[in-house]
Amino acid sequence: MAEIEEEDFMYDYEESDDEEDEDEEGDFVSDGLLREDSVPSGSKLKAEWQTLSPDQLSKKMFEIVDDVNAVFQLPTPHVRILLTACKWDKEKLMERYYAGDQEALFREAHLIHPKKRNPNPVIVVRAQSTSTCGAAASSKQEYICDICMMSYSTDHMMGLECGHLFCRPCWNNYLTVMVMSQGRAQTLSCPATSCDIVVDEATVLELLTDGEVRKKYQYLITNSFVQDHPLLKWCPSPGCCNALLASNNVEHEPVSCSCGHSFCFKCSRDPHEPILCTYLSKWLKKCDDDSETSNWIHVNTKECPKCSATIEKNGGCNHMICCNNSCKAEFCWVCLGPWEPHGTSWYNCNRYNESDAKSARDAQMGSRAALERYLFYCNRYMNHLRSSKMEAKLYEMVHEKMKELQQLGMSWVEIQFMKKAVDVLCLCRQTLMYTYVFAYYLKKNNHMLIFEDNQSDLEIATELLSEYLEREITSVSLDQLKIQVQDKSKYCEARRKVLLEHVYEGYDQDFWDFTEL
Amino acid sequence: MAGLPKRILKETQRLLTDPVQGINATPDEQNARYFHVVVAGPKDSPFEGGTFKLELFLPEEYPMAPPKVRFMTKIYHPNIDKLGRICLDILKDKWSPALQIRTVLLSIQALLSAPNPDDPLANDVADAWKTNEHLAIQTGEESFLYMYFIFTSLLYFTRFCLLFNNFS
Repeated sequence: MAEIEEEDFMYDYEESDDEEDEDEEGDFVSDGLLREDSVPSGSKLKAEWQTLSPDQLSKKMFEIVDDVNAVFQLPTPHVRILLTACKWDKEKLMERYYAGDQEALFREAHLIHPKKRNPNPVIVVRAQSTSTCGAAASSKQEYICDICMMSYSTDHMMGLECGHLFCRPCWNNYLTVMVMSQGRAQTLSCPATSCDIVVDEATVLELLTDGEVRKKYQYLITNSFVQDHPLLKWCPSPGCCNALLASNNVEHEPVSCSCGHSFCFKCSRDPHEPILCTYLSKWLKKCDDDSETSNWIHVNTKECPKCSATIEKNGGCNHMICCNNSCKAEFCWVCLGPWEPHGTSWYNCNRYNESDAKSARDAQMGSRAALERYLFYCNRYMNHLRSSKMEAKLYEMVHEKMKELQQLGMSWVEIQFMKKAVDVLCLCRQTLMYTYVFAYYLKKNNHMLIFEDNQSDLEIATELLSEYLEREITSVSLDQLKIQVQDKSKYCEARRKVLLEHVYEGYDQDFWDFTEL
Repeated sequence: MAGLPKRILKETQRLLTDPVQGINATPDEQNARYFHVVVAGPKDSPFEGGTFKLELFLPEEYPMAPPKVRFMTKIYHPNIDKLGRICLDILKDKWSPALQIRTVLLSIQALLSAPNPDDPLANDVADAWKTNEHLAIQTGEESFLYMYFIFTSLLYFTRFCLLFNNFS
C-alpha cells in the first residue's frame, strides 16, 4: 500500500513538472515577484529535469543501489561503493562486473573481492556479521590495538575484511576526526598503514555513536552521491537543500528548482543564455581582474587542469594531486601539465623558453587594441548588469502602478499584462547582458553580422518597453498603454527567441568562430 | 605530563628503553610532545658518517593527525628543502594512526638512503641526483672509467653534506 502511494506521488510529481514545462517551455522564471506566471522563451532545446528533496535524494540513491543489487546480490553498502567507483553508471558497472576484470574493479573501488575475503572468521568482523562472528571470536586471545596501544580481548576489536583490528573507542575516535575535521566519508579507509580498504556505511554507522557525527556523515555521503553523479546538481540557492536530476545531458539550457531559483545546470550560475559556461567563466574572471581578491587568487592559486577547481599550494612539492574526489588529476604545479612526463624525462618546467618570451612581447603590442575592444563590450555588459540589479525596485514600481490602474477601474485580471511585461523585460535584459559577452568572444563573420542585427533589434525593443513601463499613467491613454505594452512585450519575446535560436543554430552547425582571448 | 595520552607515554618509554639503531629521540624537558631527534646517515648512502638533527612535534590530534617533523641540520637531498621541510607521503595524506614516531623516523632514515627524485622539493638537487644516478646505472655494466667518475661524484656529495653538518 505504501508503495502504491509513493508511486502515485511520483506520478503526480512528474505530471506537475510537465505542466510547468509546458507553461514555461523549459525556460527560467525570473527571480522576483509573481513568478508563477509563465514566461515563454526562445529555447527550442528542451531540458527535462526533476527536483529532488533530501529525502527523495537518498531514496533515489537506494533505488539505484537496489536496482543493481537485484542482479549482484552483494551487501548493499558494497554495491554503493562500487557504484561510486563507476560514477553511478549502472550499465558501466554491470559491464565491468560481468565482462571485465572483477578483481580490478574491486581493487579500484578499494574493496576486497568477496572470493578473496579472509576465511578466518575471527578477523572478519564487519558490522552486519558481528552477532554471528562474535561467538566464533570468543576465544580469550588478547590483541594490542595499534592506535592506543592497549590490549583488549577479541570481542572489543573491530576490523574490515582486510583483517586490521582496532579497538572500538579508537575506531570511533578515528571516524569522528575523519568525518568532522577532514570531511571524509566516501573515501574513509581502514586506519592501518597503507591499507586503502574503504569503510562501508553500515560499519561506520554502527561504530559512530554521536548523533552530530552520524548526521554529518550521512550528509557527506549524500553530497558525494550528488557530486559524483553526472546528472545531479545541488540547487545553488542559499538555504535550499534540493538537488536537480536531469533526465538527459543538459547542455546550455537553464533549469529551475522547485524553490523558484533557476540556474545553469552545467556551471550552477544564474542562467546565462546565449553564452557558453566556459566563455562566461573567462569573462567573469577578466571582469574581476581588478579586484584585490582576484589579484590574490591570481598570484596564489591555480586551477586544476582537469576539473578547474581552484587550488592553493600550501606546502610540499610540485607534484599536485587534485583533492576533488571525482577528479584526482596528477599534475605539475609549475607547468600545469600532467605529472607523468616529469617522473621520467626530467624536468623542463624550470627552463626559460625564449620563443615563449618573444610571443609574449608580440602579444603586448596587440593588447592595447584588445583593451579598447574589451572596454566597449564591458561597458555595455555592465550597463545591463546594473539594470538587472534594480529589478526588485522595478517590480515594486510596477506593483504600485498596478494598484493605481486598479483604482482607475481596471480589473485584476486585466492588469496582469504589466507584470508579464516586467518579466519579459528582465529576461530580455539578462539575455542582452550575456549577448555582449558572446559578441566579445566572437570572430567577425556573416553570421556575426546577423547576430549583431538581432541584438540591436532586441536592445531597441527592450529599451522602448522599459520606457513604456515607466510612463505616467493618465486615464486617457489607458487602453492605448495596454496595447502598446502588450505589443512591445510580445515583440521583445519574439526577438529574444529569434536571437537565441540563431545562436543555438550556430552552436549546432558550428558557424561561430570563437577567439581565444 | 598531565593530560598526555597513554599512547604517547608508551611510545616515549619504548623509544628510550628500546631505541632504533641509528636513531635517537629524546623528549623535551618542558614539553613532552616535542622531541629532539638525531638520525645517523645510513650505511652505504652519501650521508654515511653524518649526523642529522631533527625536531618532531606531536600535535594535539596525534595520533589522528601526523607528527610535524623538520630537519634542523642542513641537508643536500632532493626531498628536503632549505628549511628542512620533508616531502614524505606518510607525513601528509598517507598518514595512518597506526604509524608511530618510531616508524616515521625509520621512514625518514630510509628516505636518506633512497631519495625519490620524481617527487622533489628541492629541484636543483633532484636534477643533480637524477643525472648522477643515471650515470650510476649506466656504469654498473659498462666501464671502470665511468665507475671512477661516479665514485668521485658521490664522494664529493658526501663531503658536501658533511661540510654542511660541521657548519650547523
